Amino acid sequence: MATVMPLSNLLDARRVWRGRAEPLPAGEQPTGWAALDAVLPSGGWPAAALSEILLPLDGVGELQLVLPTLARLSQGARAVVLVAPPYLPCVAGWRQHGVDMRRIEIVSATEADVLWATEQCLRSGSCAAVLAWPRQADDRALRRLQVAADGGRALAFAFRDRRHLSNASPAALRLELEARPQARVWVRKCRGGAVPAQPVALPRALH
Amino acid sequence: MLWACIALPQLALDGVLRRRADAGPLVLVAGTGHARSIVAANAAAREAGLRVGQRLSAAQALLAQFEALPYQPERVDQWHRFLAAVAYRYSAEVSLLPHAIVLEVSRSLNLFGSWPRLESLLRADLDALGFRHRISAAPTPHAAHVLAGVADGQAVLTDEQLRHALQCIPLARSRLPAVAADALPGMGIRTLGQLLALPRDGLRRRFGAELLLALDRLTGAAPAGLEAYRPPDRFDLRIELTHEVEAIGALVFPLRRMTSDLSAYLAGRDGGVQRFTLQLEHREGHTEVKVGLLAPEREAGMLFELARARLEQVQLPQPVIAMRLLARDLPAFVPAGRDLFDERPANALPIEQLRERLRARLGDRAVHQLGSTTDPRPELAQKVTAHDDGWQEPSPRPTWLFERPIPLRGPAPQILAGPERLETGWWDGGEVCRDYYVVETAQGQRGWAFCAPGERDGWMLHGWFA
Repeated sequence: MATVMPLSNLLDARRVWRGRAEPLPAGEQPTGWAALDAVLPSGGWPAAALSEILLPLDGVGELQLVLPTLARLSQGARAVVLVAPPYLPCVAGWRQHGVDMRRIEIVSATEADVLWATEQCLRSGSCAAVLAWPRQADDRALRRLQVAADGGRALAFAFRDRRHLSNASPAALRLELEARPQARVWVRKCRGGAVPAQPVALPRALH
Repeated sequence: MLWACIALPQLALDGVLRRRADAGPLVLVAGTGHARSIVAANAAAREAGLRVGQRLSAAQALLAQFEALPYQPERVDQWHRFLAAVAYRYSAEVSLLPHAIVLEVSRSLNLFGSWPRLESLLRADLDALGFRHRISAAPTPHAAHVLAGVADGQAVLTDEQLRHALQCIPLARSRLPAVAADALPGMGIRTLGQLLALPRDGLRRRFGAELLLALDRLTGAAPAGLEAYRPPDRFDLRIELTHEVEAIGALVFPLRRMTSDLSAYLAGRDGGVQRFTLQLEHREGHTEVKVGLLAPEREAGMLFELARARLEQVQLPQPVIAMRLLARDLPAFVPAGRDLFDERPANALPIEQLRERLRARLGDRAVHQLGSTTDPRPELAQKVTAHDDGWQEPSPRPTWLFERPIPLRGPAPQILAGPERLETGWWDGGEVCRDYYVVETAQGQRGWAFCAPGERDGWMLHGWFA
């Protein structure tokens, strides 16, 4: 038998490569939901990237999911922009979640301009987060948003219908919300880690 | 004292050429009927043999295809004043001389650095605006004017050097009264040096006090006697297009010129612009494009981009023959401050500029913030405003609010909280009397719904606890 070589020598000489991805810098953008942070590879939202949130219906907790993040970001120097929200944000309700409404910019845009406006906001670098509700966004459009989010160091959130789940997406994170039998979040794709097999419960409080 | 002189040898021609993208032969003509003659010709025209002073008919015999535009003295005057406004950026003492601008720069050097640096700044500005120029500096404005007429780039910084520099200036270039400048060479006096050496009494007897005053102003022995230029409080620039334009795209080039002129003018006044109007003139009437900004701005690229976005939305009813940019509201400009420890990326677009860009394409009201009012009715409890008092509502409020309530269809919802009775609005006729509940639908949506007091049907949905 040949001489026994300690494994650490091989590793130090970089002759053996461990099949493990680069660990992501953790905890820059916590979601505010401890159970969700625990299963996400970056310990929260992927920083400077697009997160896609897929819903079966409106009013199933989609804002509740992001409001802790928005409350935290609204205390910072950069603005939070909502592009073409489907309803009016209720000031009293958002404030109950701790959001400073003076930092929230609402952009009304027609369907044709939603993606343009979102991209401009993301690219500008002066927005901490941009939330958009695009109805007709294809793979190309989402990729543009992803690139713009990276360039402007902003969090991008795209809220879309659940039927888009079967289409591939360039988003760094895809979450699917489920309302029945109970409010849960499925991680459908997350860059830099394995997709957790189990959903995360989303406790729903009124305020 | 140090005066800079910017001589503008081609003011009339540059004013016409700078708004053109092509460079075909072009001349400016003055006079009427058969006496029309060329007063200025561009490089392409001169190459073809056209000369200043030539009759238009002679020029037409030399060259078949060239453009002849009327020489407009009032337009030249307008450009002259515009450039004075640009120069006003560098000095508070600016005056107009024939085909030249003089400005006192000795105090400006503290701010802008040495004379060569200031000179290069002036040249860069004029080059960017598209005006040919010669620049010189001297202790008196009239001497600077004379030096600029002789050669470009002369700088005479002290009185000693000035006396020396004036020695060999030929009288024909000395800008002295014509009577003296014509007669003196006949007497053997050909340079300023010779003239300055002559006894003053004899000169006064021969040519009058006018010549002596001109000489004293040249050497600085008498005050310059110039009228100080004051920039006007409004900006008005009109460009006539060379042909009728039917597509908006063809207006982009002149627009870029106009907005950069506006920017240069604003930099001269250290001001900004908050509102301006573009008038697209047709054969009959005109189309107005109003550009409004949230805060005063003066950056050329931004003004252009915003004006262009507004312009692109315009439907032209008729071809455009001229364009005019009018700005009456020129408030002080306050540059945006930035933090040393700013978390934004280095090339970030400020939020103000982002807002302008969005408004330019999406409309004036496209970007807004919501704040709460003191009205308890949900429909009136919030409005578009910059004010937000931060008052905390103790009862549950949804996160999405509908503009108007909609009937809740399907099976009766499950009640999670409530009722909260709102009975208010009696003072303005918009009275409401409702019991609000937090409900959950069969699909698991949480809603904010109301029904008539004491009842549990006829649900109207007013928002989502999303």
